[in-house]
Amino acid sequence: MNNRIMLSHNNSVKIVGGINGSCFSARKTHNNAYLLKKMEISVAEAEKRTGKNAVNMQETYTVYLIETRPVDAASEGTNPALDSLWRRYSEFELLRNYLLVTYPFAVVPPLPEKRAEFVWHKLSADNMDPDFVERRRVGLENFLLRVASHPVLSSDKIFYLFLTEENGWKETVFETGFQAKADSRLKALNATFRVKNPDKRFAEMKHYGDELQSVISQLLRVRARAADRLYGVYKVHGNYGRVFSEWSAIEKEMGDGLQSAGHHMDAYAASVDDILEEEEHYADQLKEYLFYADALRYMCRKHELTQYELEMAVQDLTSKKQQQEELATGTIRTFSLKGMTSKLFGQETPEQREAKLKMLETQIEEGEEQVKERNAECDEFVKSAWVDIERFKEQKDHDLRESLISYAIMQISMCKKGIQVWNNAKECFNKM
Amino acid sequence: MSAGTPRALASSGQKPIQDIRHPLSAEESALSRSPDVLHPGGAGERDLILPNGTPVDTSSPTSSSSLLNRLQLDDDLDGETRDLFVTVEDPKKHVSTMETYITYRVCTKTTRTEFDLPEYSLRRRYQDFDWLRNKLEESQPTHLIPPLPEKFVMKGVVDRFSEEFVETRRKALDKFLKRVADHPVLSFNEHFNAFLSAKDLNKRQGLALLTKMGESVKYVTGGYKVRARPVEFAAMGDYLDLFTQKLGTIDRIAQRIIKEQSEFLMELREYGPVYSSWSSFEEDLHDPLEGVSGCVSNCSSALEELTEDMSEDFLPVLREYVLYIESMKNVLKKRDQVQAEYETKLEAVVFREDKKTSVPADVEKCQDRVECFNADLKADWDRWENNKRQDFRQLLTGMSDKNIQYYEKCLAAWESLIPLLQDKQEAKGETN
Repeated sequence: MNNRIMLSHNNSVKIVGGINGSCFSARKTHNNAYLLKKMEISVAEAEKRTGKNAVNMQETYTVYLIETRPVDAASEGTNPALDSLWRRYSEFELLRNYLLVTYPFAVVPPLPEKRAEFVWHKLSADNMDPDFVERRRVGLENFLLRVASHPVLSSDKIFYLFLTEENGWKETVFETGFQAKADSRLKALNATFRVKNPDKRFAEMKHYGDELQSVISQLLRVRARAADRLYGVYKVHGNYGRVFSEWSAIEKEMGDGLQSAGHHMDAYAASVDDILEEEEHYADQLKEYLFYADALRYMCRKHELTQYELEMAVQDLTSKKQQQEELATGTIRTFSLKGMTSKLFGQETPEQREAKLKMLETQIEEGEEQVKERNAECDEFVKSAWVDIERFKEQKDHDLRESLISYAIMQISMCKKGIQVWNNAKECFNKM
Repeated sequence: MSAGTPRALASSGQKPIQDIRHPLSAEESALSRSPDVLHPGGAGERDLILPNGTPVDTSSPTSSSSLLNRLQLDDDLDGETRDLFVTVEDPKKHVSTMETYITYRVCTKTTRTEFDLPEYSLRRRYQDFDWLRNKLEESQPTHLIPPLPEKFVMKGVVDRFSEEFVETRRKALDKFLKRVADHPVLSFNEHFNAFLSAKDLNKRQGLALLTKMGESVKYVTGGYKVRARPVEFAAMGDYLDLFTQKLGTIDRIAQRIIKEQSEFLMELREYGPVYSSWSSFEEDLHDPLEGVSGCVSNCSSALEELTEDMSEDFLPVLREYVLYIESMKNVLKKRDQVQAEYETKLEAVVFREDKKTSVPADVEKCQDRVECFNADLKADWDRWENNKRQDFRQLLTGMSDKNIQYYEKCLAAWESLIPLLQDKQEAKGETN
């Protein structure tokens, strides 16, 4: 089941494919398609593999086929062979973590969920379930397309290699040393710290992320419950089919009408499967933004960290400067243990003071450098982050609007089917 | 229809039975002419009409004035114009020191000479209907008496004075009277006459006794060994058993659907508002999300209407038929008894064949009774089958209509949302 992405004349990207060939996701308008301009990308298939894992135990996992093809060649009329390679979910995770660390100011597109959540009874929570795998395949392709159309992320070398170099990619990623950075960042982020002057815009953004996450979670939860109920309503109508059939057997003139009406009731009951499958696509679209909300919050947190580190550097510099002043003037304004001990155990020698002053001077120089660096870092972060946030906002508004439209269209289709079935049944009843 | 020539019965009204063409002695083809034609012989009408001339309509109240407006002066079953119209309307609560109860207005319009006046309007309560039915069963034991809605309601469970309950009951009482008025024999019954015209029903003397006896006992001679039923009556019995089963199943299915729909409705009522709360912290998406919330709310109301309608209109009719069938089975049993008495007495006479006496008068009388009973029952059975077909056709097309209306309401809501969702997008596209 191939998913093909096509670039149409106005540079909008349409994703065709998915189950039953129906249009999966909303049209994404990317004015700057970046990598996508040069390369067709798709996650075409999924396969089960077995192998030995890190602790030499047998395991079963799924791999996904990534296919790429240069766009120029296609437009020339020739059809070059596709390049393809297999990747598993954990490699996608690795790629994403790398991107998170390397581009802290970016709202990094999310991966499809690791485990099935918000399931209703008919949906399987099993990761190996073919329906789950299929929806994950679609989600992974979506992830790649999002990254490939991101103004900054799309030109990342590691990302390019992910799409083109099957072997040795993992090693290459680790060689970048991002892991170490990741670990220290993670530790810092998890620690509790308070920023003295929080940036209002980022605080608002974080709050928005919180609210978005909360509301979409709730929406998905209730929708899943409603799906369960709707399933029940439709399926019970199937029982009418059976009883009408039995009843028609004991009737004379009424028999035919009843029997055929029964068939329509069966058709009605069966129709709910397709309806709910389509709705699942809608749920997936919402889920993407649920995870995007998380990415947003994460980014705001990183900004906080950056600011905090700047504030720490400033604080450190200020205290060193004060120490210098005290030493120079001989007044003690700040409490320092060294100062106390020297008072208790006698004044230090002028040589010692000289040495200390010199040390402080170097430290202050370093400190000023650090503050300058961190300031620049902060500014850079804020600038880049805000660009990406604006881009994200526009994308989100567009995508969610499209999702709502397709949801409305789904509902319309369901209503029309319902009208048709009941009209058919009514015709049969009229013939009774 | 076969059997010998039915003999005139005392209770058959002014004309002897020979002079009245049997309702269904007309050809079969008349029935197949148009599915909406109720009576053979009569001119076909486009609308579904009860023999009384009132159009079949479960929703609107049948007031006597609207009744007249829809009067169809066609040849009726007996070649006479229909001359008796009854309706039950306008339920009102009466509060006295002893009790609280509901009365219904019973309106009669007639040209029959058995009635002193051409029009009557008086108030009756359920007790009075119950009295009438018992009297009919007592005095016309060979006929199928239509059922009344259930007598007893659990005081804590059902609100006897709620609008829905009272309306459901009114419809059933109306149907009961119409069925009686429609019957060529029952409609001429003196008790029916009294019910429609007498200010005061002198029912007190028999009431206590009757309620103790339950089913009428007068005609049951009792104690005679029942022989095998003639084939045609055995077939009726078998059919009734099977049909009751099917009705029970349909009742259960309908109840289950209502339950599932109610639970789905509960989820919808939670689902819609989530979109509303989401819209409260969105800018561009505010209107679309509010729109979706409104849509879901409209669908919820439509669904609520559907489940209410099904509860009020569909289930009671099913239950009514189950009661009808119960009373029919009892009539069959009575018939068996009458036949048993005859056969037993006949055997006793035949035994004394040597005596050479003519068949004693009482045995002849028994034979008459058997033959009349059989004839009446067969006629009533055929009429019942016809009515049953009408009733269920109406019931099931009604069910279809309600579902169609539900989907049409939802469709309208979602379709009106689409332009709202797309509108801004086009405007936005231009500014891009």
